[in-house]
Amino acid sequence: MTTTPVRTIAPGMPLPLRQRIRLWIESEPVLAYLFMSPGWLILLLFMSYPFFLGIWISLTDRTVGLPTGEFVGLRNYRDLLRDGVFRLTVLNTFIYGFVTVPFKLLLGLLLALLLNQAFRLRNVLRAALLLPWIVPTALSSLAWLMLYDPVLSPFSWLLKDWGVVEGSIAFLGSRVNAIVSLCVANIWRGTPFFAVAILAGLQAVPHELHEAAAIEGANAIQRFFAVTLPVIRGIVVITTLFSIIWTFADFQLVYVLTKGGPANSTHIFGTFAWQEGIGGAGKLGMGAAVSLYMFPILAALSAILLRYVRSQET
Amino acid sequence: MAEVIYDHVTKRFDSVVAVNDLTLEVKDGEFLVLVGPSGCGKTTALRCLAGLEEVTSGDILIGDRVVTHIPPKDRDIAMVFQNYALYPHMTVYDNMAFGLKLRKVPKQEIDRRVKEAAEILGIQELLNRKPRQLSGGQRQRVALGRAIVREPQVFLMDEPLSNLDAKLRVQTRGELIKLQRRLGVTTIYVTHDQVEAMTMGHRIAVMNQGVLQQLDTPENLYDRPANLFVATFIGSPAMNIFPVKVVSGDGAYRLIAGEVTLEVPPSHRSRLADYVGREVLLGIRPEDLEVAVSNEAQRGDTVRLPVELIEPLGAETLVHLRGPAGTLIAQGEPRIRLNPGDVVTVRVRTEHLHTFDPQTEAAIF
Amino acid sequence: MVGSNRLSSRILFLYVPLALFTIFLLFPFYWMLIISLKPNSLLLNTKVNPLYLTEFTLRHYRYLFENTEFPRWAWNTAVVTFGATLLSLTCSILMGYALGRFRFRGGNLVGTAVFLAYLIPPTLLFIPLSQVVVRFGIYNQYWALILTYPTFLIPFASWLLMGYFRTIPRELEECAMIDGASRLQAMWRIVMPLALPGVLSAAIFSFTLSWNEFLYALVFMGSGQMKTIPVGTVNDLIRADVFQWGPLMAAAVLGSVPVAIVYMFFVDHYVSGMTAGAVKG
Repeated sequence: MTTTPVRTIAPGMPLPLRQRIRLWIESEPVLAYLFMSPGWLILLLFMSYPFFLGIWISLTDRTVGLPTGEFVGLRNYRDLLRDGVFRLTVLNTFIYGFVTVPFKLLLGLLLALLLNQAFRLRNVLRAALLLPWIVPTALSSLAWLMLYDPVLSPFSWLLKDWGVVEGSIAFLGSRVNAIVSLCVANIWRGTPFFAVAILAGLQAVPHELHEAAAIEGANAIQRFFAVTLPVIRGIVVITTLFSIIWTFADFQLVYVLTKGGPANSTHIFGTFAWQEGIGGAGKLGMGAAVSLYMFPILAALSAILLRYVRSQET
Repeated sequence: MAEVIYDHVTKRFDSVVAVNDLTLEVKDGEFLVLVGPSGCGKTTALRCLAGLEEVTSGDILIGDRVVTHIPPKDRDIAMVFQNYALYPHMTVYDNMAFGLKLRKVPKQEIDRRVKEAAEILGIQELLNRKPRQLSGGQRQRVALGRAIVREPQVFLMDEPLSNLDAKLRVQTRGELIKLQRRLGVTTIYVTHDQVEAMTMGHRIAVMNQGVLQQLDTPENLYDRPANLFVATFIGSPAMNIFPVKVVSGDGAYRLIAGEVTLEVPPSHRSRLADYVGREVLLGIRPEDLEVAVSNEAQRGDTVRLPVELIEPLGAETLVHLRGPAGTLIAQGEPRIRLNPGDVVTVRVRTEHLHTFDPQTEAAIF
Repeated sequence: MVGSNRLSSRILFLYVPLALFTIFLLFPFYWMLIISLKPNSLLLNTKVNPLYLTEFTLRHYRYLFENTEFPRWAWNTAVVTFGATLLSLTCSILMGYALGRFRFRGGNLVGTAVFLAYLIPPTLLFIPLSQVVVRFGIYNQYWALILTYPTFLIPFASWLLMGYFRTIPRELEECAMIDGASRLQAMWRIVMPLALPGVLSAAIFSFTLSWNEFLYALVFMGSGQMKTIPVGTVNDLIRADVFQWGPLMAAAVLGSVPVAIVYMFFVDHYVSGMTAGAVKG
């Protein structure tokens, strides 16, 4: 080695305390936690804390207006299992959460494929058709409430006018009718979300792939399955899981349209928890227990979603 | 303007040692090139100097100041990045003025310095453009201009030419050298390109696996590489290396490998004394193998070898020869007429031979 | 499609389905609008076709402003929406920046936690959260919503911004710091201007989600004058079984217009944010 001899630095004074503190604060891990602290403070206070408080409350008979309740163990959970309304609620939630999804997915996919074509006013239409997803659900549900009105429903009017039915239809009058009506309104609200998400995926499909497949003689349907579907599969799966979770934990639409009626036959978890815990008797413990019955299902769905998102990243 | 000293600097990322006990001194006004293969620690060494990485141990001096724990903004340096890192939302003028504004330099002074730098670099016309409206070469100039206006003590450059096309790179290389000589600012320049290193630096620091291999002038680096790594890294095509046995007799030392026997020039003999009877690694640069078509008899500095392949490059012809242990590349005349299979006489410039210890890989001579 | 541009097949396979979708998806809005403009006499006459408007009136809108608390609800909604959006954005920019930029132990774990927080629905928490709100003494105050909405806004916005910050080359910041900027200055003057589209997406999302929220508003601010538009409309304008459809629909229209306007102006930001949410989680 022919390095020139280096002037060695005299061993310096230890850093002053103030400079050491500054160095420590400006190091990346410390700065990272510092930056995240306001957000986490809010999440801890208003998400984690209530979550654990909810578990505690569900084990008591606390009611609205009284500061605390008695510890009752798992009684609320046990009572719920014996409650016919709750069992119906579970069934309704599954119907509402899972049956609507294939419709939303299929309609959304179809709409996305249509919007992926070139035509005039495409951007305007794309923007307009997302409206059901954008506007406050409670307010758009009011429009549906009127569309389902036993007397004023324009659907009834049209069907009567065409001579299909004799009298007005009670869209929300019976359990079956009401659930179908709820599902239709939910599909109406959710389809645009699927459409726009899938459309974004479609636009990522390389055009050359289509041309190559077309040259090889694949027709439109074959091309869809061979070229398009593999590319958008990730988006479709993730969107579907999101939609299931959100629908499963819905509240507004059912609250506005039926409030769980007629005769408590169309409740889902959210509305039943509200009725038990806040609205009716104000049995907070019972309401919290209803909510927490959702947790295992949500956790399972979230785990699947998380695993899928992870696998997509790599 | 100032000198820069790395004093036993080590940088560790978790378990990986990126820079290992680096000690080197850059003189005031010097153009020092840090060169080495990718992942050798040269960029990390530069980033430590910039303050973008906190050193694990050791100290760094700029001028008379220990800057080891000083944030980048207070080190009074300027850096040109490989991708130029021009602020996309600012005009060229604002890009160049940004650092001065942060330092609260008066407006007129900023204006004067920016215009002056723009004139030096010939980018006066571009001052109102945004970076995305510039070509690669123009962006490079702006990045340079941004460093110049700051009038820092040290320029740091991290492969600033590697994003340019070959022709522009050669041209810019020349301009950069002239600029540095003119401004006289201490410059530390990182590159993986040994041609850039050889042409630009007053001195070159070759690094490998975090360790400084040799710090020397381009000439010394080429003629007296300190070890096998430096010998093979510097020079293109690379130095031919093959094992030979050291034999003494008749008052001479000979290096023998298969059919090939070479006589060691008297000046180098003493250094080989310890290796008699053992194997060493012999290094011959391609230009030190002189290919002759003639049929002379073999002497102490000639060997006869068959031709494997001819690569005419225009200004020179690379002749691939079947050597005693694999291919030897010789640099031949531009219009040499040879065919694969021909056996040629090759004269070795034995005064330019290099030998290396096979264990330590350090140069013997 | 590569071929098949013949007009008849285009009509059959493109325009007809598109028209059906348009009718299905936009009819409820059409209905909302018509009813809000329809005189009561016409509304209750089941003989005439309800789909057309033969005469129109603005008295439902006037009723809304003169005889109900609607203006107050609108004010409440605006205060809560702006407050929650501002707070969430501030927290999310910092958190997204930390997650997207800094190398630190547990970074991945924190990212996952944020993602999971995004999946926790209000229906799971609203009962215990109502107790927390009471305990903190903010029940029936703006803070009740301004502080609770961020629980679903921060995870989403942080996730979105994290992805955005990662697209901005690190060298830009490093260069700024060498140029003389502190980390905060580099963040503010270099990173933020470049992340503006992402910040805008996050802002629009937070705005619409806050404006539209129903459950927390119903439970934490659902009494007296503190109602938001959705809660006030649903709870106060529906009295017993007497539906005042005209004012109801007028309120629905007015309550939807702000989000619709914001959305129409920034539709591309909205869509890119939405798909970022769907694709990246």
